[in-house]
Amino acid sequence: MSDQVSVMTGNEAAANAARLARVQVIAAYPITPQSPVVEQLAAWVESGELPAEFVAVESEHSAMTVCIGASTVGARTFTATSSNGLAYMTEQVWWAPGARLPIVMCVVNRAMAAPWNVLNDQQDSMSVRDAGWVQLFCRDNQEILDTTVQAYRIAERLHVPVMVCYDGFLLSHTMMPVAVPAPEQIDAFLPPFTEPFTVVDPGDPHNIGPVVMAEPRADETGATRGGYMEIRALHHRALLDALAVIPETDAEYASVVGRSWGGLTWEHLLDDAEVVLVAAGSLGTQLTVTAEQLRAEGVKAGVLGIRAYRPFPVEALRAKLAGRRLALVFDKALSYGYEGPICSDLRGAMLGADGAPAVFGAVCGLGGRDVSPEDLAEAARRALTDLDAGARTRETDWINLHLEG
Amino acid sequence: MYEIRWHGRGGQGAVTSAKVLADAAFRSGFEGVTSQPSFGAERRGAPITASSRLAHEQIRVLSQVTTPDIVVVLDDSLLGVGNATAGMKPGGTIIVNTTKAPSELGIADGIRVVTSDVTGAAEAAELIVGGQPMVSTAILGAFAAATGLITMDSVEAAISHAFHGPAAKKNIDAAKIAFECTRA
Repeated sequence: MSDQVSVMTGNEAAANAARLARVQVIAAYPITPQSPVVEQLAAWVESGELPAEFVAVESEHSAMTVCIGASTVGARTFTATSSNGLAYMTEQVWWAPGARLPIVMCVVNRAMAAPWNVLNDQQDSMSVRDAGWVQLFCRDNQEILDTTVQAYRIAERLHVPVMVCYDGFLLSHTMMPVAVPAPEQIDAFLPPFTEPFTVVDPGDPHNIGPVVMAEPRADETGATRGGYMEIRALHHRALLDALAVIPETDAEYASVVGRSWGGLTWEHLLDDAEVVLVAAGSLGTQLTVTAEQLRAEGVKAGVLGIRAYRPFPVEALRAKLAGRRLALVFDKALSYGYEGPICSDLRGAMLGADGAPAVFGAVCGLGGRDVSPEDLAEAARRALTDLDAGARTRETDWINLHLEG
Repeated sequence: MYEIRWHGRGGQGAVTSAKVLADAAFRSGFEGVTSQPSFGAERRGAPITASSRLAHEQIRVLSQVTTPDIVVVLDDSLLGVGNATAGMKPGGTIIVNTTKAPSELGIADGIRVVTSDVTGAAEAAELIVGGQPMVSTAILGAFAAATGLITMDSVEAAISHAFHGPAAKKNIDAAKIAFECTRA
């Protein structure tokens, strides 16, 4: 291995990935806790270490607009944002996948206002889960680097943008050892992007992104072209294709760089587990400690980590959860008036599946509320008590909530 | 696993201390290290904390340190206002930047108290920024002397990675002086 290991934050890991991917256009607007990613990239562009165009913009909406323009002409583009920045960008967050542009964006997960809070939860990226991006969640800083590089390969194969989600502060500002691959390794894994969907040729001008009607109709050559619904069906098919492309990309990366992250999901002590702890992001890392703690108490616990949240890996989850007693899902977000989004999705995926476990939900860590492996173990013990008392469903358990007083 | 909690005041550089410690510890042979700020909105002068963990395997706990083996206090005025020894494990070590003797600090029995005049070390090395002696890197000399967990070579390397040129030299000089004046 020619990897250089050094101690760095998650934001530095993301910036290193963008540099290794040889991004050509970066456009971003600062917001905590994302800002250090693009500050580092701006410094490398300024020093000449990264031969890219850095476009300073006046808002996140414009940041994504610049990425859309640059990606349309075939440039490899990067941006990053958090929380209200992502919300302000939302119109263009929908445009990029609809236009089938392989943009990669790091979303450094932060709570949504109001009230103001700069700390971590995953409400921001969950609120745009339906926009048609691939969403990948990272469990540590090494995975941020490796996944951001992989994201370009996935995006460019499928012509779908990829959101690389990682927990603000818990990873973005926490230093840990990260192996940085040699540039030639990444060049071997990720060749330059040469096949944009839309080829812009000034000598053969076209209207890009025209109004598309409901029904199919003939283009200027007489060929029948799909209407809005056909275009959306093809987009959906590309997301479903990602269920194969994400693990293939992870395996290709492993063959070049030597590290694999499990593709769609990952697991810890899952083989004989009766109680499966499910989460996305750094919470999954902590749950590995929780599972070991529960095993020491005689509970056969394991962890099933969600790496790909969109597309949602229904078949993989059904296969891995068949025959278990309980899937306890820990969400760092909420669909207000219902429950945690991963919990809902998992419950839906399990419906009618052979050997489906009971699915219980827990919500934790909203707005940066500290949650320890012991807090998570205590939640698992409560869930087991309810299960043993005969519950097959129950209300969401709020961890470390102090409403009284 | 060693759990370390830092106590400083906003602007004093506790987060820098924690970061440079993580790098120095990794260079000293700890395969697993993490350092993280307390994730609060920082105000200059307000008490802040940071957390570090050192181990010979990957660190998988990302919550704040609440049961530290080692507490590092960058400013002895914090001993009066913050609960610096809260949750400390029995037999833990507290390292305090102070000119006072350990017995004058009013720290409970059962905790090993180590003192170092880190502010004096920074002044001696002319490590002054905006009129204030900077203790954030110098304290690592005291940490090395008090715990033996990191080597001064690794402290020098980590400081050289974080700072460049004359600034790096002053920071290293201050850490060396703090190492020498550390008293258990």
